[in-house]
Amino acid sequence: MELAIGIILGCCALGAGMAMIAGIGPGIGEGNAVASACEAIGRQPESQGNVTTTMLMGCAIAETTGLYALVIAILLIFLAPGRFVNILVETMNNLK
Amino acid sequence: MKSETKSRSKAFKAVDFLLIAGAVIPLIFGIVLYVLIKPASSGIEITGAKILFTVDMPLQSLPITESQVNSWIVIVTIFFLCLYLTHGISATQPTARQHLAEWIVEKTENLVRNNMGEFFDGFAPFVAAIMGLSAFSSLLTLIGLFPPTSDLNVVGGWAVLVFILITHYKLKCGVVHYIKSFGDPVPLLAPLNVISEIATPVSMAFRHYGNVLSGSVISVLVAVGLQGLSQMVLGKLPGVLGEFPLLQIGLPAVLSVYFDLFSGCLQAFIFAMLTMLYISTGFPAEDYKEKMKNKN
Repeated sequence: MELAIGIILGCCALGAGMAMIAGIGPGIGEGNAVASACEAIGRQPESQGNVTTTMLMGCAIAETTGLYALVIAILLIFLAPGRFVNILVETMNNLK
Repeated sequence: MKSETKSRSKAFKAVDFLLIAGAVIPLIFGIVLYVLIKPASSGIEITGAKILFTVDMPLQSLPITESQVNSWIVIVTIFFLCLYLTHGISATQPTARQHLAEWIVEKTENLVRNNMGEFFDGFAPFVAAIMGLSAFSSLLTLIGLFPPTSDLNVVGGWAVLVFILITHYKLKCGVVHYIKSFGDPVPLLAPLNVISEIATPVSMAFRHYGNVLSGSVISVLVAVGLQGLSQMVLGKLPGVLGEFPLLQIGLPAVLSVYFDLFSGCLQAFIFAMLTMLYISTGFPAEDYKEKMKNKN
């Protein structure tokens, strides 16, 4: 029983960590967006306000996938262990 | 005559004072409530909204949580701030606060006009309300209260509201047009279009919630880490010196400037921007114009 609970907790933590690999994508994407925005501002300094606003918007949308991963990781850390352990305990009781 | 103006100014000041008090008292009430319900645990921990009490309703019991109470605190504060800013407004002798109020109104109207077009001019108050509510909710962390925006239910509610608005404006050309719009490039893609339609409010809610929550989680992790580090550095010293939080001075404040101030205001702006963009791009403007023409 303890071993099973230990495996559940460990796998939840492992899954949360692996979910956050998704942070790579938004990082690269936002980096590209900001790099292009800097280039655009360098070429046309007078358009700084518009470019900055658009860039922030684009960054926010690119960030979404990373935030999905974050929400999943948080669910895996804070909610999933308790629920899975409860399911395990219930099934063990039923089997008895 | 002079005394009359003086007495009027006295009454004016009294009303001013009442309005400011109306804006500040909810915040103090929130802090007092927080202090009263806070459990006596010393550790820094990551928790969701605490349930204050539950109300028995016919179908299901309704839990009243911190996020609901704090939302109402923010609403009342914004209400009284707006009243304060517009109190004693005049066309001939503008005061400083009138300039501020006019600046806010003008900026929002310009923003809405630039992003949504002239048809949606009436949306300025709604956009300003959503922006103000979101920004003030996130800024509530500055006085140590639980920010309602880090509760998924609150931002989920806003996202559902925006989704209803989007659908309402998509339905302006009739139900048939709305259903046809799902098979837009090819009818084969209709399921994907339905999914993307549902994903809009989900992604809006998760974006706002995730940003605010990740900020607070990172702040807590850094605070705990610094606590451990300063204990490692000073732990062997005797007495009070050993518990002196050397590394916790200043460093978390720098993070707070980004996560609480900048990120909170940026998320409010982004939420309002996305609201405007989704509503105005979802609205079939050309078809609606044609329909109006045919009607006339």
